[in-house]
Amino acid sequence: MTTFAGGSRIGLASLVFCGVPYVSLAAKMDMRPGVTEMSMRIQQIHHMSLWVCVVVGIVVFGAMFYTMFAHRRSKNPKPATFTDSTLVEVVWTVIPVLILIGMAVPATTALIDIEDAENSDMTVLITGSQWKWHYRYLDSDISYYSNIATPDTQIDNLEPKDEHYLLDVDNPLVLPTNRKVRFLITSDDVIHSWWIPDFAVKQDAIPGFINEAWTEIPVTGTFRGQCTELCGMGHAYMPIVVEAIPEADFDAWIEEQRIAAELAGEAAVAARAKSWTMGELMPMGEEVFVKHCATCHERDGMGQGVKYPALIGSAITTGPVIDHLDRVMNGKADTEMQAWAPQLSDLEIAAVITYERNSWGNDTGDVVQPITIYEAR
Amino acid sequence: MKGPAKTTFLLVGLAVGMFGFAFALVPLYDVFCEITGLNGKTSAQAALVEEVERATQDGDREVTIELLGKVARGLSWEFRPLDAEITVRAGEMKTTAFYARNRSQKTIVAQAVPSVSPGQAAQYLKKLECFCFEQQELAPGADTEMAVSFILDGELPAEINELTLSYTMFLVSDTDEETTADTRLGQAIRYRP
Amino acid sequence: MVAHAETVPKRRHPWIEFAARWLFTTNHKEIGTLYLWLSFLLFFIAGGMAMIIRLELFEPGIQFVDPERYNQVMTLHGLIMVFGAVMPAFVGLANWMIPLMIGAPDMALPRMNNFSFWILPFAFTLLISSLFMEGGAPNFGWTFYAPLSTTYGPPSTDFFILGVHLMGISSIMGAINIIVTIVNLRAPGMTFMKMPLFVWTWFITAFLLIMVMPVLAGVVTMMLTDRHFGTSFFQAAGGGDPVMFQHIFWFFGHPEVYIMILPGFGIASQIIPTFARKKLFGYHSMVYATASIAFLSFIVWGHHMFTTGMPLVGELFFMFATMLIAVPTGVKVFNWVATMWRGSMTFETPMLFAIGFVMMFTIGGFSGLMLALVPADFQYHDTFFVVAHFHYVLYPGAIFGTMAAVYYWLPKWCGHMYDERLGKIHFWSATIAVNVTFFPMHFTGLAGMPRRIPDYSLQFADFNMVSSIGAAFLGATQVLFLYIVIKTIRAGAKAKAQVWEGAEGLEWTVPSPAPLHTFESPPVIAEGQGH
Repeated sequence: MTTFAGGSRIGLASLVFCGVPYVSLAAKMDMRPGVTEMSMRIQQIHHMSLWVCVVVGIVVFGAMFYTMFAHRRSKNPKPATFTDSTLVEVVWTVIPVLILIGMAVPATTALIDIEDAENSDMTVLITGSQWKWHYRYLDSDISYYSNIATPDTQIDNLEPKDEHYLLDVDNPLVLPTNRKVRFLITSDDVIHSWWIPDFAVKQDAIPGFINEAWTEIPVTGTFRGQCTELCGMGHAYMPIVVEAIPEADFDAWIEEQRIAAELAGEAAVAARAKSWTMGELMPMGEEVFVKHCATCHERDGMGQGVKYPALIGSAITTGPVIDHLDRVMNGKADTEMQAWAPQLSDLEIAAVITYERNSWGNDTGDVVQPITIYEAR
Repeated sequence: MKGPAKTTFLLVGLAVGMFGFAFALVPLYDVFCEITGLNGKTSAQAALVEEVERATQDGDREVTIELLGKVARGLSWEFRPLDAEITVRAGEMKTTAFYARNRSQKTIVAQAVPSVSPGQAAQYLKKLECFCFEQQELAPGADTEMAVSFILDGELPAEINELTLSYTMFLVSDTDEETTADTRLGQAIRYRP
Repeated sequence: MVAHAETVPKRRHPWIEFAARWLFTTNHKEIGTLYLWLSFLLFFIAGGMAMIIRLELFEPGIQFVDPERYNQVMTLHGLIMVFGAVMPAFVGLANWMIPLMIGAPDMALPRMNNFSFWILPFAFTLLISSLFMEGGAPNFGWTFYAPLSTTYGPPSTDFFILGVHLMGISSIMGAINIIVTIVNLRAPGMTFMKMPLFVWTWFITAFLLIMVMPVLAGVVTMMLTDRHFGTSFFQAAGGGDPVMFQHIFWFFGHPEVYIMILPGFGIASQIIPTFARKKLFGYHSMVYATASIAFLSFIVWGHHMFTTGMPLVGELFFMFATMLIAVPTGVKVFNWVATMWRGSMTFETPMLFAIGFVMMFTIGGFSGLMLALVPADFQYHDTFFVVAHFHYVLYPGAIFGTMAAVYYWLPKWCGHMYDERLGKIHFWSATIAVNVTFFPMHFTGLAGMPRRIPDYSLQFADFNMVSSIGAAFLGATQVLFLYIVIKTIRAGAKAKAQVWEGAEGLEWTVPSPAPLHTFESPPVIAEGQGH
């Protein structure tokens, strides 16, 4: 009986909603419907609860405004004296309970479906780290990092911001349409949260633990989101971009990635075979440094206080090469210094270490070769 | 005691008690996790014989287990499962192994921390032997295969047919550095025995 | 006091005299005044930080503060507003009014009262000084989730931990004092069920404080030992769990939310009957509703953590429990409306603020209900929708409640009437500004803007600009409030003992301004008086 009363309430609410025509501003103020079945269902739950609140609000605020108008002193000089009514109290305890039950039913059924990641067609392991995402396709052993692609010049207002300001990455996560994709989500350092509003998937990435979520994208397109758990300085700068492509194209894409990985492997072999000069490594190293290291250690190598140490004359950058190698390749536990071995090629690591050891007044004269990096892997 | 003194005394007692309760929440949380499968923590100790005997068989039910190995920041090891995916029959003992190699020129001690997803499945995974029960030490350049044996309890909820068992390998200590922040974890006092 | 002064012939320098008076006072009214001024000061400091935040968010791009600084300012804004502005303001009101309302001569533990106040300036000096330290201030948000605050926290985190400990000790002592006073010093005849609702709500709030502030102290102690003494409470590597931090924190955090609103409920329940000239409707159900909200606040903490990978049963439990809170909260709102119903209302500034409180708090309550629905929460969580939600319950909720109380009792405190015209200007401008500032945040949140970011993509630009303009306006209206308060203290029409004709309660039986010592012999409460 109670469920029935609640159900009819939702029916009423959605009826009211359907009658409301969309205008562009309204769409801008509304929750995004998204593209998946689940995101649309969630938008309906949002509308249902919003309209319940609006109706209750109209009743309560209406009563308040009416009484403020009708029972002001100039109109009603003699106040009434009633102070209690058990019946009324019971009524306005029971009615909200019924409304709440009505709201809980669709929320519960949707939730049960959200938590069911079984029978997926493929799995992607998502790892957050400060401040980028790493994607690994567990079924085909392809993996790569996804970094923000918005240039610093746009962030610092030196040039106009483009359409996808802060929501652009170098390597988007590519997913096939119409396949149930399971996400395993974890983190390398602090807690992050992976969110694509259009899929209504939001799941925290917790260091040492694995979380699960899933989606099935019915349409092709590019979908953008952001990290949604405060994760330090770069929290605003770790966007998520998903490229949904047709299933057949996806298989071709996987093949392409395999070939690209092979080519990279061949390039690495070639790089190892060669002996590089400092003149060749320095500009390359600077490029890598600016892209990956300067966020914390600053372009001038001065760092930022105690958390991001200066690289000028430091024990690592001017001490034994082996320690420098270890720090760059494996990172430092419990700090924001990450392991770069999985992120950069032998040549890039060799170049950046050479650059750090011979810049800003560091004059070790060391030239680190890619083969050294390869052997330390 | 007079009125105000008595009330004050009781309230101070309540405050002190709640401070203690905050610490009691730590073991309570573990119990809570075990019951609800929160966070997919598996037991840090080997399952008891009775527990294993109780692990029922459930006909021909087969469950797929995905294995993951991850290396935490600062640890110069290679660490991965030998099989990416295994199929397990409920109630039967299964053994699988992970490969680890010390890439550095130091002796390194590391600790693996397990996580199971979906979390509810964790309590049905009864480990008899696991490299995560103790710290692992590897000499420079050495490698090893580390085994984990377990029984999957047939009581596992029917809707779960695939699960993920992941290990993250954390640096505990590398021996030839002095005592710095790097080795802080080395002296870590674990709050659990 | 007077007799004692005569025996000391030597007069000290007036400045020393002044400092000694306020440093060593054990008088509940003077300590109440100290609390209120401190919270006012901290309200402006944290408000200034809000201005920096809104300035940076005025346009996309980084203009004024770099992301690291932004995080520090955002963290301190939250911490100071919660622990420095809202809580001490309510404690100040409790100090001033509870003895007056229950016919007690003073607080039961006056020396502890002095001590619990004077801890606070040190706590906040510690906290604010961290802005100027090497490595900067805490930058992990007022919720200080591990491991961002433990392994990755800046060195000043230790100052933060010490600051939180000091605030916690202060709050616990304040709460103990309030309960001991209420239990032991009520005038004869002032039974529990005759106590004014402000006293009742504070009584319940004080229990919440005593039960959860020690838990906060516990969690920061664990942080401290994790940082420096090698434990691993929150570190996966050592067998700990970062999610456990969130469980313990929110076990404190959710009751804390009600600590910041229940006294506001009490204030509205005092003011609305006064200006409706009609007794509070459903006094008993108001008391029970407050108690049930307090009880429920202990079993809903998980609704802050739906995206942490909670199992289905956990999500369902916390969703249902959270939705249940809407019931007693609804009862309170309905009772206030029923109190107004067929009253004889006038709309002086305290009444305006009280009505504004009820309405806008209700809006915050609505978005709270929406947030309780787990599937929808996956979309709302950690976006500006949440920011809009808690600012609606805190700004036009807790802070408007405090302002209503200040306008209501200020004539009693200083003996002067405030400027009614300015008071009304303050109310209307603040109300418009609050809505211009915080309402658009619902939209940016729904559109997908995460919270705690210094920079955002272009689609959110319009509404952020509106919010920032509203915030500047809102800041200005509070400067007007400061002006009104100072003006009232210095001059103004003389206030009668019975400041408001419709007001009931013992506080109106003492002269205005209330003399330093009141009810030295307890008043007699007649049968049938009160509720």
